Amino acid sequence: MVEVNLWSGMRRFVGDDLTVEVEAETIGEMLDALVAAHPALKPVIDQGVSVAVDGEIHQGRHVPIPQGAEVFLMHRLKGG
Amino acid sequence: MAKDEFREFRLVGTRPDRPDGLDKVTGRARYGADISAPGMLWGAVVRSPHAHARIVKIDTSKAEALSGVKAVVTRADFPTGLTGDEWDLQENTMAGDKALYDGHAVAAVAATSKLRAEEAARLIEVEYEVLPHVIDVDDAIKPDAPVIREGAADATVPEGMPPNVVRYFEHGRGDLDAGFAEADLVRENTYRTEATHQGYIEPHACLGQLGEDGKGEMWVCTQGHWFIRKMCADVLGLEKSQLRVTPSEIGGGFGGKTTIFMEPLSLALSRKAGGRPVKIVMSRSEVLRATGPTASASMDVKIGMKKDGTLTAGRAEFRMQGGAFWGAPVDMALDCAFAAYKLPAVMHIGYDVLANRPKAAAYRAPGSPMAACAVESLIDEMCRELGLDPMEVRLKNAVREGDRSSYGPKFKSIGLVETLEATKAHPNFSAPLGPNQGRGIASGFWFNHGGETSVTIALSEDGTVTVSAGTPDIGGSRASIALMTAETLGIPYENVRVNIVETGALGVNEPTHGSRATFATGKAAVEAANAAIKEMCRRAAVEWGIDPEAVEWVDGAAQPAGPNAGKFPPMSIAEIAGNMGSTGGPISGHHEGNLGGVGASFGCHVVDVEVDPETGRTTILRYLVVQDAGRAIHPAYVEGQYQGGAAQGIGWALNEGYVYGEDGRLQNSVFLDYRVPVASDLPMIDTVIVEVPNPGHPFGVRGVGETGITPPLPAIANAIHAATGARLRHLPMNPPSVLAAIKAVKGG
Amino acid sequence: MSKIHVTTTVNGDSVEFLADPRETLLDCLRDHLDLTGTKEGCGTGDCGACSVTLDGTLVCSCLVLGIEAEGREIGTIEGLAQGHELHPLQRKFIEHAALQCGFCTPGFLVAAKALLDKNPNPTETEVRYWLAGNLCRCTGYDKIVRAVMDAAEEMRKEAV
Repeated sequence: MVEVNLWSGMRRFVGDDLTVEVEAETIGEMLDALVAAHPALKPVIDQGVSVAVDGEIHQGRHVPIPQGAEVFLMHRLKGG
Repeated sequence: MAKDEFREFRLVGTRPDRPDGLDKVTGRARYGADISAPGMLWGAVVRSPHAHARIVKIDTSKAEALSGVKAVVTRADFPTGLTGDEWDLQENTMAGDKALYDGHAVAAVAATSKLRAEEAARLIEVEYEVLPHVIDVDDAIKPDAPVIREGAADATVPEGMPPNVVRYFEHGRGDLDAGFAEADLVRENTYRTEATHQGYIEPHACLGQLGEDGKGEMWVCTQGHWFIRKMCADVLGLEKSQLRVTPSEIGGGFGGKTTIFMEPLSLALSRKAGGRPVKIVMSRSEVLRATGPTASASMDVKIGMKKDGTLTAGRAEFRMQGGAFWGAPVDMALDCAFAAYKLPAVMHIGYDVLANRPKAAAYRAPGSPMAACAVESLIDEMCRELGLDPMEVRLKNAVREGDRSSYGPKFKSIGLVETLEATKAHPNFSAPLGPNQGRGIASGFWFNHGGETSVTIALSEDGTVTVSAGTPDIGGSRASIALMTAETLGIPYENVRVNIVETGALGVNEPTHGSRATFATGKAAVEAANAAIKEMCRRAAVEWGIDPEAVEWVDGAAQPAGPNAGKFPPMSIAEIAGNMGSTGGPISGHHEGNLGGVGASFGCHVVDVEVDPETGRTTILRYLVVQDAGRAIHPAYVEGQYQGGAAQGIGWALNEGYVYGEDGRLQNSVFLDYRVPVASDLPMIDTVIVEVPNPGHPFGVRGVGETGITPPLPAIANAIHAATGARLRHLPMNPPSVLAAIKAVKGG
Repeated sequence: MSKIHVTTTVNGDSVEFLADPRETLLDCLRDHLDLTGTKEGCGTGDCGACSVTLDGTLVCSCLVLGIEAEGREIGTIEGLAQGHELHPLQRKFIEHAALQCGFCTPGFLVAAKALLDKNPNPTETEVRYWLAGNLCRCTGYDKIVRAVMDAAEEMRKEAV
């Protein structure tokens, strides 16, 4: 199980609880499981998100999520 | 600093001449506009003089009748049916039903000479129905503002928001009310920053060629040629692999050259002109009217502070307009706003708002300078009110490794405390000040970025090495990549040539953006070198008849690992390379990945100003940049990034800003009126490179390009306050506004 | 508009070209003579990237018409080095990392040489004000000013 911390603007889509537990071993699986559990999240996630796993911010779906890792969904980051 | 955590290096940390230095001091280096091709045509673009107007009719007949005109294109020449970001790019490249800002392209023409193309552009007649426009973000967010595009809001925007709000952000944690209740002082203020332009000295330029068969080539000044390839292909409906994009040397970018503007127009014109190459070079006025400015911002910040300086809660509500398309960096601004502080409760709210202005492009640490302007100003104001030392308050609340960031996750290795301590220790921090002089400090933050990267290194027959990299060298990155490669291979710096290669020569690379070139391309080059080393060790092992595992690489040569492996003299890279044709063929190493291990970077700036009480003119007396580089590969170019970021921030703080007339037209579209800092405006810019190595990079690199533009805005506002007693909360702090603020303080 | 034949001297070489009377000297150098080292940053005389010398006087070549070059002597970045020998300013720019993107560099070098020809011992303030007509967006000018001061010092020593 992965506990995913959502941003509070997502409360509209998932209800009051901003931590969602899903079954996943990678970022991609986690995002797919989130959308399966809360279809309303799909357009937001499709737009592109970054995911912080234990403090490191990733863009790739392939990145593994270790057991017990702290996972945060973030807006997609872009630099200059 | 903290150097003992890493081994000593032979090359990393030295300051050799950059490999492209000779070309660049002799005028030989070829930039975007410097290439011509046989049969070449020149392109010119017709642009809307209106901020918002329906395009009723475009009559191109007179232009087409002009001798030497070979092609005219309008939106009708582009494929239809695009959606999302691809539609936005296409719409910004060439207006469809409406012109959305002053300078929006509406048609383009190609002719046999530059003058003929300009003449033809003037002959294209466009009939407009002028519509009401909106420029200011606070006007654009009003419910009755002119609607720029129906249905542009994405899923994040709740029902009932004003029509120009296209993205909405809300994130935070902790009990905000309890945090503010716990504070001894709660203050809330509104801050405004104007849109500024990246101001690269090289205008956009490209030479594009596209045949009827869909095969094309492009020479272009860009921070990222795979981005150019993808975006051009999307906008024109081409197969990506059929478009070969070669980057020129690039005359500055700062984020503004990570996207397309007129590049697809050169391809569309070329295709219509029977495949003849078409060169388009923007004028400065086109650059300022139609390319890359950053967003303007209107920001409310509320902070709670205890008497001892402890921060209890922070709330930021930011409104930013990024032109007529989504993309104002309000999300990243919010994430950066409180990043330097431990905060038990924090809330961020943001609105990305459409206005009749050019589509915002990334600009150095997008969003972070505005956020810092608001938060770092308010912190300073509250320190003054409570009689606290702003440096001690920053240290007291500074985030460290393992602390939870304001934007959510816990920080990995960071060097904020080390940066603040180094700032305190610098002589500028305690230099004496005279009358009308004041000192300001501020911190800044940027995430840094890894991203998609592909690098190949290839061994030449003499044992020298070429590195094929995909991140254009915008500030000396060839030097840093060569240093890391040579360090890894154990060969001289001069034996490595770094080529920035075209899109056909490597896998996809993201641009030189996000402070990533030295971090990501460097990391991939080290991995590629290690792959080549493995193969070279294997070749030596075969030659010696021993197990490859029993061979190690030391000082540029293969040698048996220990006495049990066998007794052979070291086999140098030159020997291995000289024989490679007969030992198995070419030797190369490559690395591809979406690279992680990014280390965030904090900085702290100290500025001393003198304000002329008669005129309101601010003179920068001293300027200090202290920033955590992780590891400075080539310290001179790290200092250069710090100094350049500071100078851009100084311009943003004191003078730069887009000025629009009542008619919605940009009024300062030349460098005389959009005045960037010149040499006589600035002192020497002192630097301290703090090195808290990033464990996610083989040499500890964090990335240094962006953080430096973040602190100058508030640092200067704080210094002007210290010098005059007047607090400016609206940039730019030019002489008239400073003078008015001084008078208001005296009058009150 | 019919073109006009222009004979002029560029970096000591006699050259000829046909100029449209509307074309700037900058256009002519770049498009007719293939001397692309001189850059266009603004076209309005504000950025100095197109700096050249005209009969020894520093000018923005974007503000001079090509046909005005008739019979004059023009100096561009391509003429700064003597054969293989870089001008001290060129060496010092590399040594001090006084360029990042390098686009403004030719203009700065031409302008700085014009300064040192007039004033071999400029103060930092004099360097900053002389170069105030040349925009650099990358460096914050620090390393450029240091490179010019250092080159001046070396040239003074050599002149003794």
